Amino acid sequence: MKALAPYLKSEDLPLFWCAGCGNGIILASILRTFSALELAPKDIVVSTGIGCWGKADDYLKTNSIHGTHGRALPFATGIKAANDDLTVLALMGDGDCATIGGNHFLHAARRNIDVTAIVSNNFNYGMTGGQYSATTPPHSYTSTSVYGNPEGVFDLCEVGQAAGATFVARGTVYHANQLEGLITDAVRHRGFSLVEVFSSCPVYFGRYNERPSPVEMMKYWQSRAVPVQRYRKMDEDSRVDRVPIGVFHRDDRPDFNTRYRDIRARARERMEGRG
Amino acid sequence: MPSTRERRFMQGNEAVLEGALAAGARFFAGYPITPSSEIAQAASVRLPALGGTYLQMEDELASMAAVVGAALAGEKSFTATSGPGVSLMQENLGVAIMAEVPCVVVDVQRSGPSTGLATKPAQADTMQARWGSHGDHSAIVLAPSSVQECFDLTVRAFNLAEQYRHPVYLLSDEIVGHMRESVTLPEADEVDIITRRKPDVDPADYRPHDWESDGVTPPLAPFGSEYIYHANSSMHDDTGFPNADPENARRVISHLHDKIEKAVDDIADYELVGPEDPDVIIVTYGCTARTAEQLVLDQPVNGCRVSLLVMRSLWPFPDAAFAEIRAGGIPVVVAEMNLGQMVREVSRVMGPDYPCHSLTKSNGIPISPREMAAFIEEEVL
Ligand SMILES: Cc1ncc(C[n+]2csc(CCOP(=O)(O)OP(=O)(O)O)c2C)c(N)n1
Ligand code: SF4
Repeated sequence: MKALAPYLKSEDLPLFWCAGCGNGIILASILRTFSALELAPKDIVVSTGIGCWGKADDYLKTNSIHGTHGRALPFATGIKAANDDLTVLALMGDGDCATIGGNHFLHAARRNIDVTAIVSNNFNYGMTGGQYSATTPPHSYTSTSVYGNPEGVFDLCEVGQAAGATFVARGTVYHANQLEGLITDAVRHRGFSLVEVFSSCPVYFGRYNERPSPVEMMKYWQSRAVPVQRYRKMDEDSRVDRVPIGVFHRDDRPDFNTRYRDIRARARERMEGRG
Repeated sequence: MPSTRERRFMQGNEAVLEGALAAGARFFAGYPITPSSEIAQAASVRLPALGGTYLQMEDELASMAAVVGAALAGEKSFTATSGPGVSLMQENLGVAIMAEVPCVVVDVQRSGPSTGLATKPAQADTMQARWGSHGDHSAIVLAPSSVQECFDLTVRAFNLAEQYRHPVYLLSDEIVGHMRESVTLPEADEVDIITRRKPDVDPADYRPHDWESDGVTPPLAPFGSEYIYHANSSMHDDTGFPNADPENARRVISHLHDKIEKAVDDIADYELVGPEDPDVIIVTYGCTARTAEQLVLDQPVNGCRVSLLVMRSLWPFPDAAFAEIRAGGIPVVVAEMNLGQMVREVSRVMGPDYPCHSLTKSNGIPISPREMAAFIEEEVL
């Protein structure tokens, strides 16, 4: 706790999230990353979306921008493009990242802007009362899909990698130690990094889908999650009801700011050439 | 690079970019749209050579967010668009208003609604610029009617943004944006620039907002300095952290409104062009001010002397300018390329019985001097 003091607004505890909500675990992992990397709060900017997870900045002693639903990444992009020295994180719910902000997610990944996206995926809109989102599994129940969800899902990690993210990982709130490692690697990575966290919203998604207690939600992730290396060796049948976790993808394609530095150099040369 | 104190022949949109650079803007984020794209193009050429940044975002929602983000990181930042883009920008323009983030939005108006006549002029964003984005807020809107004003008012837009920590509109239009005229670009040291103020308090005492004192908003520290803070679109107190107390909300909303409405005398920019004792005054702005100038040159028009009240700032609305005219009892004609937006404000100040006429046109074709003269003859005389 003491190591986290420079980053945590402890006077505002307890957290406003419901008992058993996964968000506290994710927030703690992020703070431990800040501490492990010895980042100064003044050098960190956290851009949050709108939702339960979007209120994470309320507890932070770092810089932050609490903007609009789904737009955490474009705010973060402007900040990082303007000042490369800042460590910039975007905290988004699945509504923020996969649904209303899906387009921004694709383009932040494609642009490879050096921002770390941490998505608390609780498979529904917690803040507005548990409606379905673009990650709600088909046939599961939410407050606006009481007969089952007719829509398909985005696998955020697959979409992020296809769009050009250069670090892609998934963790769960049950695997808290691993989660801290994933977030630390993501923050250290130069380029667009995504950590999708399978989280728990016992109050809505859990209740609608017969996993109403926090313990059941935790057990669910404990029994379903498989390290990605193992998952990749499994056959189709054994993959049913299993989800891979760990680092899925990493490459060193230059990030936007690095490339833009070249653009500036070229522009200067061209202007000087003209005299 | 242009040498300074230069007389140059250029387009309105180019002059906007020159003005932005002269004002110290080094960050542009936008999404191309006719008739504003020349600004983005020029920004993409000039900014990187100056160490600045041109970001072409995926849409205008993202553009406005990136502009706000860059401003928080310490840059003077701006975007350029047209009506359809402004419609998307309204969401994050609200963030700039609420979190008091200085930045500039250039709207080169085109004919709507929706995709409309994409290459034709209009002045129908007059009210969008004032009221666009939900919630109670005020607006600062400048409207150039010449290429020189594209330069001068862009510089001023950045200055007002810094002074009031508020997003400022430069409301141009297709005609002003695309016309070519000669302009004088001042020496760099001749341009009055408001640079961003830096806080000088102890970092522990820094408050990004101040709802107590009248008007003056504290300096905005750049992210990364010793002054750590929260920029917040949710209702917040002076620290930037959320606060749901009704009394706090009342103070914040009044502050955001009053800091601009009460500064109307400082912000207002208008000019009476033509004889001082006219028989009729044409109130106008932007491209329509240019066609109206012809009537001043053609004096007398149908036997009457015509003056113009050219508005270079539209919002906050300069009531005082009209109160003066009202005292003289001279009939006014409000001429604008829309179905009558600014005339509502003018009539509000003039009162129901005043001879206040509305000359409107909304088909993508400018109002000609001949149409203005005919209108005066038929409606006013
Ligand atoms: C433009 C806009 N549309 C809708 C909303 C209402 N809204 C607030 S939060 C939210 C969904 C939040 O879901 P998610 O991003 O998954 O985060 P969670 O609350 O589950 O953490 C919605 C729809 C909004 N704030 N802004
Ligand atoms: S509604 Fe769900 S996501 Fe929101 S705080 Fe409660 S448990 Fe967490």
